[in-house]
Amino acid sequence: MSIDLNDPALLDYSQRPPRHPEPVDPANDGLPIPLNVRTDLYKRVQELRQFEKRAYDLFMQNLVKGTSHLSLGMEAVSAGFAAAMQPEDYVFATYRGHAHTLSKGADMGQVMAELLGRENGLLKGKGGSMHLTHAEANMMGSYAIIGAHLCIANGTAWSAQMRGTDQVTVCFFGDGTTNIGAFHEALNFAKVWNLPVVFVCENNLYMEYTPIDLVAAVPNPAADRAPAYGLESIVVDGNDPDAVYMVAADAITRARRGEGPALVEAQTYRHGGHSRADPGKYRPADEVEAWLDRDPIPMYHQRLLRLGVPEGRLSEITQDVARRVDEATEFAKAGAHPGEEHLFTDVWADGGSAWRN
Amino acid sequence: MAELTYRDAVAYGIAQEMRRDPNLVMLGEDIAGAGGVFKTTVGLLDEFGPARIRDTPISEQAILGAAMGAAMTGIPVIAEIMFSDFIAVCFDLLANEMAKSAYMTGGQLSVPVVVRTANGGGSRFGAQHSQSVENWCMMIPGLKVVAPSTPADVVGLMAASIRDPDPVVFFEHKSLFASKGEIPEGEIVDELGTARVVREGTDCTIAALALMVPRALEAADRLADEGISAEVIDVRSLVPLDTKTVLASVEKTSRLYTVEENPRLCGWGAEVASIVADEAFWDLDGPIVRITTPHIPLPAAEALEDMAIPSVDRIYETVSKTIG
Ligand SMILES: Cc1ncc(C[n+]2csc(CCOP(=O)(O)OP(=O)(O)O)c2C)c(N)n1
Ligand SMILES: [Mg+2]
Repeated sequence: MSIDLNDPALLDYSQRPPRHPEPVDPANDGLPIPLNVRTDLYKRVQELRQFEKRAYDLFMQNLVKGTSHLSLGMEAVSAGFAAAMQPEDYVFATYRGHAHTLSKGADMGQVMAELLGRENGLLKGKGGSMHLTHAEANMMGSYAIIGAHLCIANGTAWSAQMRGTDQVTVCFFGDGTTNIGAFHEALNFAKVWNLPVVFVCENNLYMEYTPIDLVAAVPNPAADRAPAYGLESIVVDGNDPDAVYMVAADAITRARRGEGPALVEAQTYRHGGHSRADPGKYRPADEVEAWLDRDPIPMYHQRLLRLGVPEGRLSEITQDVARRVDEATEFAKAGAHPGEEHLFTDVWADGGSAWRN
Repeated sequence: MAELTYRDAVAYGIAQEMRRDPNLVMLGEDIAGAGGVFKTTVGLLDEFGPARIRDTPISEQAILGAAMGAAMTGIPVIAEIMFSDFIAVCFDLLANEMAKSAYMTGGQLSVPVVVRTANGGGSRFGAQHSQSVENWCMMIPGLKVVAPSTPADVVGLMAASIRDPDPVVFFEHKSLFASKGEIPEGEIVDELGTARVVREGTDCTIAALALMVPRALEAADRLADEGISAEVIDVRSLVPLDTKTVLASVEKTSRLYTVEENPRLCGWGAEVASIVADEAFWDLDGPIVRITTPHIPLPAAEALEDMAIPSVDRIYETVSKTIG
């Protein structure tokens, strides 16, 4: 590959040739997934979509300070995996972790309150948007330094292996993460220790602002690297909840049976920018448009109608979620700002922060 | 009482804790079959088996990550980083991950990991295998930092570190591995955050850590010949830091020297000096003096390395010249 340094696309990524999504596979209507699981998937994608939209609104109202990274457009990946997991399974996420935390059952109000920096937040306001954790449900954290959490995910998988449980660890990360050393250390380590861990690359085609194909040596940044670690190359349509669910169920089942790790690359796209108010102008307009047309939610809505779920049932789900998001917002807004008494707690496991006598 | 080398005390201390807690596990490079590159883990594989003593690839981030993840599920883990210099390749896991999880999650997670690592100079290994990096770890909120100077302290502080629910970085000094000491009978469990007065004196306080402790003691012997009575404190634990023992000593002696193997800038002694200046200023009869390795990468040649790291001579001469 030679690079033409005068190529205008290198200066302005929005001039690059767009990467259009693959069309939905019509055969996916016929995947062997019970209708109750599919309705649950619908509820899940609705929760994530509506929550993230509200988070965005609250950000624009300056109620969410700092930063936040939304999963708008990427909901099917989180929903599909969550539906295929058991409650005791472990989950790890990146700073783009609202979806995975909610998918693992964290309370919407507490998550929203955490984004608002309130005392009633999931982390008492001490972690914020990028560090959502719900240990009670084995959601073991959201990590904001690229790569590290793949290594940490091996640890919960190792723990399950040592304790002889059949818990599987599922670890989400982005396409950009496949270029950091920790990714490669983690995959090799997981394979040689035969750990029950499923690594899930949410390939949304961009790291922050740079298109992944400019910075990865291979077209599929995760899947094409899998063989180097003795793993199968798996690419899935990350905008189709059913397709994700099938691949997730398979990888998780195999890990649960002791067959070792898997690496799944789910191709998807974020509807908005990387974080905060990033308008994402570095993306070609027709690319954005093509992916908006492949929005997982209306697609899935249509599929469920075709499969015989009444429109009334779907709008009931949608409205129920809307009501819960409203309640969560009220809960969050009503929370107090944390007081000074929280500043010096929880540095150590005993709850304190003393470093000297 | 049995006499053990500092090196053997490492495996002795780990074995004591592994017998007590069947959940305790250890991982690292060449620690199982080979017994460690410094032979500090000899015999552990035979007694505890490959499920509890596990060799890893050369993947320091993966090692600390696996340790942290397992620890978050309640399994205490000892992770070995072969040379402390290598902490730099996995510092993210120490400084950004383990150290911060309890706080960031509002107390949801804790990380009972002991990171053992061979620290310090004197082996003529040059700038990438000889550093004293305790100050790298000391500056991170959320990490505990320990550096024993005797075989008995290796065992006792190892037990205390393993039983501690927080991440502890445990510095084993390469140049102390061959040193010997008495180990009391029975279970030995020490306490983090406790310094020890290892020699009483009235004219000055010399606070030292790890390899610098025996050197300070020898310097104190020579100072005694000159009629200077030096009190020597083995600081042992940098976080938590036992400031009470230091402050009480300075109250008595009115002079403070620190002996630090770390390069000068931001060495642990700077923090001790600042605390003493703040809180015991009126007890002092003269300036606090820091005796440190200069702010240079460590040279390999024995002649040069010996000039760089504080020696008995340098400690003796510095105190003798400045005490006035
Ligand atoms: C070690 C490290 N380097 C750089 C960053 C800054 N950073 C934050 S998010 C991001 C992009 C990550 O891209 P990707 O893995 O594709 O995840 P996405 O945000 O697309 O979900 C970068 C470079 C970081 N957090 N950590
Ligand atoms: Mg990305």
